[in-house]
Amino acid sequence: MADTAAPPAPTPAIRLRDIVKSFGPVQANRGAELEVARGEIHALVGENGAGKSTLMRVLAGMYAPNAGTMEVEGRDVTGWTTSDAIAAGVGMVHQHFMLVPTLTVAENVMLGSELTRGPVLDRAAAEQAVADLSRRTGLVVPPRALVRELSVGQAQRVEILKTLYRGAKILVLDEPTAVLSPPEVQELWTVLRALRDQGGTIVLITHKLDEVIDVSETITVMRAGRTVARMTTAGTTPQAIARAMVGRDVALALDAEYTGVSPAQELGAVQALLEVRNLDVVGVGGVPVVRQASFSIAPGEILGIAGVEGNGQTELVEAIAGLRAATGTIALGGRDLGPLDVRRRGDAGLSHIPEDRHERALVLDYTVAENLILGQQHRFTQGAALDQARILEHARGLISRYDIRPPEPAIAARTLSGGNQQKIVVAREMSRDFKVLLAAQPTRGVDVGAIEFIHARLREARDQGKAVLLVSADLAEVLALSDRVAVMYGGRIVAMLPRSEATPDALGPYMTGAERAA
Amino acid sequence: MSTTDPTMVQVGGDTPTPAATSASSDRSSRRAAIEEAVLPPLVALLLAVVVGDILIITFGQSPGAVYRLLLEGTWGNAYGFGQVLYKATTLVFTGLAVGLGLRAGLFNIGAESQLAAGGFCAALVGLLLPAGIPALLCLPIYLLAAAIGGGAVGAVPGVLKARFGAHEVIVTIMLNFIVLALLNYLTSAKLHVPDTLHTAEIKSGALPRVSDVAAAFQGSAANATILLAVLAAFVFGWFLFRTRRGFELRAVGLQPHAAEYAGVHVGSVTWRALAMSGAIAGIGGLNYVLGYKHYYEEGFATGAGFLGIAVALVGRSHPIGICLAALLFATLSQGGLAVNALVPKQMVDVLQAVVILAVATSVPEVRRLLRGARRSGAPGSTAR
Repeated sequence: MADTAAPPAPTPAIRLRDIVKSFGPVQANRGAELEVARGEIHALVGENGAGKSTLMRVLAGMYAPNAGTMEVEGRDVTGWTTSDAIAAGVGMVHQHFMLVPTLTVAENVMLGSELTRGPVLDRAAAEQAVADLSRRTGLVVPPRALVRELSVGQAQRVEILKTLYRGAKILVLDEPTAVLSPPEVQELWTVLRALRDQGGTIVLITHKLDEVIDVSETITVMRAGRTVARMTTAGTTPQAIARAMVGRDVALALDAEYTGVSPAQELGAVQALLEVRNLDVVGVGGVPVVRQASFSIAPGEILGIAGVEGNGQTELVEAIAGLRAATGTIALGGRDLGPLDVRRRGDAGLSHIPEDRHERALVLDYTVAENLILGQQHRFTQGAALDQARILEHARGLISRYDIRPPEPAIAARTLSGGNQQKIVVAREMSRDFKVLLAAQPTRGVDVGAIEFIHARLREARDQGKAVLLVSADLAEVLALSDRVAVMYGGRIVAMLPRSEATPDALGPYMTGAERAA
Repeated sequence: MSTTDPTMVQVGGDTPTPAATSASSDRSSRRAAIEEAVLPPLVALLLAVVVGDILIITFGQSPGAVYRLLLEGTWGNAYGFGQVLYKATTLVFTGLAVGLGLRAGLFNIGAESQLAAGGFCAALVGLLLPAGIPALLCLPIYLLAAAIGGGAVGAVPGVLKARFGAHEVIVTIMLNFIVLALLNYLTSAKLHVPDTLHTAEIKSGALPRVSDVAAAFQGSAANATILLAVLAAFVFGWFLFRTRRGFELRAVGLQPHAAEYAGVHVGSVTWRALAMSGAIAGIGGLNYVLGYKHYYEEGFATGAGFLGIAVALVGRSHPIGICLAALLFATLSQGGLAVNALVPKQMVDVLQAVVILAVATSVPEVRRLLRGARRSGAPGSTAR
C-alpha cells in the first residue's frame, strides 16, 4: 500500500509480531502486527471482530498468544501475565468499566493497591493522590463522590485515573468514546494529548474514522485477525482507512450529503403517520424525564432526534413502543395507541429497533432464527406450537437478504459479531408489516460496512412512504438521514428545524441547553 | 499488506447462502451444548464418589463393599429397584416443577408444600368420591384436584411477585411453613383416623402397582404414576421448546427486557410459571395418595420437594436430565437404607450434598440468578 509509513525509529514502545491467538476453532488473531513509537497516540482500527481487542488483551497479558513475539520497550515479554504488564507500566481501560459502584472515586482508584496506615485504610492520602493526579492530567473527578453517582464520562475518567495511578506509561483504551457525548469526547482528546506530551504512549482502539483523524498520529488497520495497513494520519484520508478496513470502497456517513426533498414535502399536507401530543414520562423517583413532547411524522419522512444522550430520548422511544408508562397521546395513522400493549402496537404497524441490543433487542442465547421472529412469535404458530418449518424458512430468507453472517439460522445470536447481531434486529423489524419505524441508535457499535447498509435500509423505508423516527447520539448520522431535525434537552423538544437549516452550528446551542426554541 | 481479501465481508450484497456449511457447525455446536450440559453432573458424581470413599474408609469399611451393597440394594433386585422407581417418580414431578421455574428465571423453593397440598387435595376429593368408579374415570378428577392444590400454593408467590415485586424465594420458603402447618391442622383436627396421622382411605381411583403385573416387585411401592411422570416430562419438553408460550417463558427467564420488548407480559408469565410449577409438584402427590397408601398422611414425602431443587439443577432443567437426576437421587436415598448395616445411612446425605454443591456452582441458571440478585442490589451500577 502506497501510504505505508516507514518503520519508526529505534526501540519502539510496543512491537508485536505475527501474533496468533485462537479460541477453539475461532482464530481471532492470525498474524497480527503492531508497532507503536514511544510518545505517540496510535489508532488501532478495524471492523468489529477484526481482532483489535484480542490483540490488545494479549498485550495486556490477559491472553497468552499461541504464536508470535511481543516486545515492550525493547524487552521480550512474550506471554507475560497481567501483573507483569501492570508492573511494566502497561495499562488497559476496558470498554466495560470495572468499577465498584458503591465505593468512592478514591477508593476505586486505590483498589488493588490500597494505601494503609497500620490496618486502617488511609482515605485522606488516597483522596490527595487522586486530586494530585487529576491536577497533573486534567482528569477532574470529585475524589469523594460515589462511583454510582457519576456520569458515564466521569466513570471513564476514573478508569483512566486508576490505570495511571498504578503507574501506566503505555495506555490502551478500548473504544473509549462509545459511551461519550461529543463534548466529553473533546475533553478526552485533551487529556490524551496532555498524557502524550508528558511522555506517555497511547493506543486507541476504535472504528470511528473521524476520531482517528482527530487525535491519532499513526494508524494500524486490522481486518479478519491480520494487520493489513499501517499509515501516518497526516498522509491519509478517511476513505483510504475505510477501504483498508473493509477491503473495498464504502460510502461514509460522514460525507453522505443529505439528498433532495422528502416525499412528504412533495405530497404537501398529508395526514401524519405518527402523531405525539403532550407526552410526559416520569422516571425513577418521580423525576420527569420526558416533558410535553409533541411532534408528528408524515409518511415518507425521517424525523431525526439529536441531543446528548440521557436527555429523554430513550424514554421517549420506549413510551411510544409501549414499554414505559406515559401520559399524553400517541396515534399511529389516526389510531390511538394509548390502550394498546407492546404486541398490539406492533400489530398496528409499529416497528422498533431498540438502542440496547444485548438486553432488549435480542435474546442472546436464542438462535438467529428464533431472534428473527422475536416480537412476532404469535404469527408463527400452528395451534399452540411454533411452526418450526416456517420459522426456518423465514430465517433463511432474511439471512440471505440481509447478508447475516455466518449464514446459519440454528446458531445462538450470542456468537455473531455486533454488526451481524444488529442486522438480525434490522432484518426483523424491517421485514414486518409496519407503517412507523422507531430506530434508536441503529448503528451503535456497528462497523462501517454495516452502517452503510443500515442507512440504506432506513432511506428505503422512507422512500416506501413509512414514517421513521431516528434517535442517534451521532449528529453526523442524524444529519445524513433526516428530513427534519428535532433536538431534545432536559426531556423537552427544544428545537425543530427543517434539514436545510439544521447544521452542527445551528443545533449545538440547543444540544447544550444554551438556547430554546420549538 | 494486501488490499483485497477474497474472504472479506461483503455487506449488502445478495450473495446466496452456502447452506452446506451449516450442517457441520450445527453438529459441533450441538455437541458443545451437550458436553456443557452433561460434564458438570458427571464430574460432580465422580467427586461424590471420592468423598464417599474417604468417609467409608474413616468408618473402617471397604468402599468397594459399601458401593456393591448400595447397588445390590437398589438396582440389584426387583424390590429395591421398585423402591427407586417409586422415589424417582415423586422426584421427577418436583424436579420438573423447580425446573420450570428456573427456565422462567424463578427459584421455586416451595415444591415441598406444593407437593403436600396436591396430595392433600387429591385425598380430599378421593374421600368424597363414591366407591367403585374405575381408576381411569377418576384419574382426570384427581389430576385436576392435585394440580389445583399445588397450583394454588404456587400462584400465591407468583401473584405477589408480579404485583408487588415480592421475592419468590422468600415467599415460597415462608409459604412452606404456613401450608404444611395448615395441612397438619386440617388432618389431625378434622380428617384423621383415630390414633393415626392420616386420613381415611379413598374408595376408588387407586392406581395399579408394578407388582400387579410383575410379581417380582412384590412389596415395592412403584406404581402406574411412573407413566404419569414420563408423560409429564414429555409435555414439559414439548411446552418449553416447541410452543409459543414456552418460547416466551424461556425468554423471560433469559432476558426479561427482551421478552418485554417482544410483547410478553413479564408479570403474567411470572405468576403463571409459578402456578404451573406448583401444579406439577402437586400432581406428584398422586404417587403416594393414588399409587401407594391411598390416603393423605402428614409428611408423606418429606424432603422430596427440596430434593426437587437438586434434581432440577443436576438435570439442567431439561426433561431428560431431570428424569436421570431423579433416578440418581432416588438411588442414593434408597441405597442409604441398603448400606446402613456397614456405614450410617447419613453418609448418603453427604454424597447428595456433594453432588448438589458441585453442580450448583457450575450450572448457568444458578450463576444467572446470583448475577441477577447482585444487579438488582446495586441500581445505577456503572458496569455497563
